[in-house]
Amino acid sequence: MHVLPGILLSLALMSVALAPAQARTNWPTPPVVVDTNPQVSGPLTGGTADHRKFEILQKPFASGPDVTKACLSCHTETGKHFMKNIHWTWDYKDPVTNQQLGKKYLINNFCTNARGNEGMCAQCHAGYGWKDESFDFTNEGNIDCLVCHDLTGTYYKTPNSSGNAACSVMFEGKPAIDLSYIAQRVGLPERANCGACHFNGGGGDNVKHGDLSTALKSPSRELDVHMSPQGLNFACTACHVTKDHVWAGSRYDVIAKDEGGQGKPGQRRDVATCESCHGVTPHQSGSIEHRKLNHHVASVACQTCHIPAFARGGVATMMDWDWRTAGKTKDGEGYHEHGYTQGNGQERYTYKSIKGNFTYAENVVPEYAWFNGQMHYTTIDSRFDTKAQPIAINAFDGSRDDIRSRIWPFKRMHTWLPFDTGNGTLVYTHLWGDDNEAYWGNYDMGKSIARGMKDFGLPYSGQFGFVETISYWPITHMVAPKEDALACRECHAQNGRLDTVEGVYLPGRDRNYWLDLAGVLLVSGTIGGTLAHGLMRRLLRKHHKGENH
Amino acid sequence: MATRRVLIFSIFERFWHWAQMALIMTMLVTGFAIHGLYVSIPFDTAVTLHTLAALALLALWILSTFWLFTTGNWKHYMPTSEGLGQVLRFYSYGIFQGERHPYRKAYWRKHNPLQAIAYLALKLVLFPAIWISGLIYLFYFAWGDVRFAAAGLEWVALIHTATAYAILAFVIIHVYMLTIGHSFAAHVAPMLTGFDEVDLTPEEEAYLTADEPSHIR
Repeated sequence: MHVLPGILLSLALMSVALAPAQARTNWPTPPVVVDTNPQVSGPLTGGTADHRKFEILQKPFASGPDVTKACLSCHTETGKHFMKNIHWTWDYKDPVTNQQLGKKYLINNFCTNARGNEGMCAQCHAGYGWKDESFDFTNEGNIDCLVCHDLTGTYYKTPNSSGNAACSVMFEGKPAIDLSYIAQRVGLPERANCGACHFNGGGGDNVKHGDLSTALKSPSRELDVHMSPQGLNFACTACHVTKDHVWAGSRYDVIAKDEGGQGKPGQRRDVATCESCHGVTPHQSGSIEHRKLNHHVASVACQTCHIPAFARGGVATMMDWDWRTAGKTKDGEGYHEHGYTQGNGQERYTYKSIKGNFTYAENVVPEYAWFNGQMHYTTIDSRFDTKAQPIAINAFDGSRDDIRSRIWPFKRMHTWLPFDTGNGTLVYTHLWGDDNEAYWGNYDMGKSIARGMKDFGLPYSGQFGFVETISYWPITHMVAPKEDALACRECHAQNGRLDTVEGVYLPGRDRNYWLDLAGVLLVSGTIGGTLAHGLMRRLLRKHHKGENH
Repeated sequence: MATRRVLIFSIFERFWHWAQMALIMTMLVTGFAIHGLYVSIPFDTAVTLHTLAALALLALWILSTFWLFTTGNWKHYMPTSEGLGQVLRFYSYGIFQGERHPYRKAYWRKHNPLQAIAYLALKLVLFPAIWISGLIYLFYFAWGDVRFAAAGLEWVALIHTATAYAILAFVIIHVYMLTIGHSFAAHVAPMLTGFDEVDLTPEEEAYLTADEPSHIR
């Protein structure tokens, strides 16, 4: 009786210590209350079928794909639709730069790369069993319907391949999934469904985006006026409107300035912009102030004023990650250190052997810059000048003179990433795997890179170092209620939020030093002159008792 | 020639003066707040007041310009060099010697030569500079997309601000002038009551007494 709790405790501690992704701690998704306060899902309302009444779902299912088969037997065209979307393909080619983007290929400055680590990373792929290059993207039977449509909060995913033995413990001891129960209780995705992955990108709660955290599962009105159950109770798809399982709104294809607004009467616009609901003259009282604010729409993104800070609501975001310190062990074992307690009381790791050092922040004031929606990524193929650090993982275009640009808020993520010093390229690291080259378990970065590059036939000089990188995350969620929008002087002031934004004359911020000096001299000189004149009159009048008109 | 108290500022003129005073003071206080010289007024409040006051002032100016030309009062502002030297000499020297102001208000000429030139310059240089630059500034939303608009706005703002400083200096001198001679109150009184002491020819006196008895005391 005394041994069992001890074993459980040590297992629990190990799992915490070695957790390569905090995402896991958010499985299963917390139960959502069905029907009592349904979330609003854009043009779709759901509720046209009670899945408990479908015979095909009233049986035990041996596996997820079996459920999918049942789903597709009624939703006959959905598989074909679904396989076109990015949640399935993880693949996006930028039509302007022709860069090959998508999670399948990209390097980010968090957990580096999904490629080669799909066994772990593809837990967030909306499919079953992607663990390596052999995954069949043409088999609609591999689609995971439940991860998005489960409304019971009891569904969860585990890695598609086993990692190092030390890692696998953290996926043990989960409650069994009752697939039949879940399949009968599906519905339109709620925030918790999308959030299972999108709130936990980068390996933990709000690590990556800064404006997407578990606090949005049930946010206060102050945190997010649209998503709050006290407000509009929007599901993600209320804005990310969906057509044939393709969603509007993408970080690869950003609409920085939407001049289409609400569209023509009756026209449906498949965009996730603020303007698609609020129009292009959103401040409607007709007052001088509102007219003036409407003029700002041409040059300032809605998000700039209406999201005063990100990482609000008690969940911190990661601002800095240092891979240089990863790999330290105690007695040959990996370990972690707490060092940050966030607003909601939860502890966050500030060091993990498998990842390095982290810095967190909350209620972060964004950085602001002109942005026209176009990103330029540093991909695995990009060669860079190692002296020109930091390297922008995703540089972006925009300026005052670019008609498509507006001033946008960004989270700026700073990371020391491993790179190939010989070739001047970023590298794929082999983090996940039950082998002696996976970094998570062996802590040998050199081996991990060599394997990560070799698996995809990529050149590696054999020498690695660490490079400073920056990634930019346009901030667009956590929209505050209007009374919390920025006051004018947050920007129209010296040392204000837009202090570094160039190309505009900003009243209150900008002034000509010499003009102001001349003006102050003129005014003070005039006052001084009149005082002197008056004083002379008073003094000299004593000598001349005559009339003084 | 007799010195009598005569109505020289009609009720419209007095309304014009005081409304303009209130609006210009509002514009100055809110304008320099927008410029960022002080932050005690919220920016949105300052912008709203500045804009409303500007529109009201423009309306007032249109009205007063119409009035000046329809009533013939524009003639009071015609510049003249005659007597200008004497007035300048008085303010820079004679005043300290206890001399009497050299100018006598006439019924057909209520401003001394220095006043006439100063007010004319205000009407023809400073006011147009500020309202033209102000309107261009206000309508930035309509031309913000043209090439070099941002640089253009900077120049507009520069002219607007420079003119504002000049108008502030004018206001200071204008108010100081009221302290010269009789009491401050005595100088302000004509702009309140409309009546001031004017040298009248016998013909003017006879005309006013006979035909405009309410204009002469």
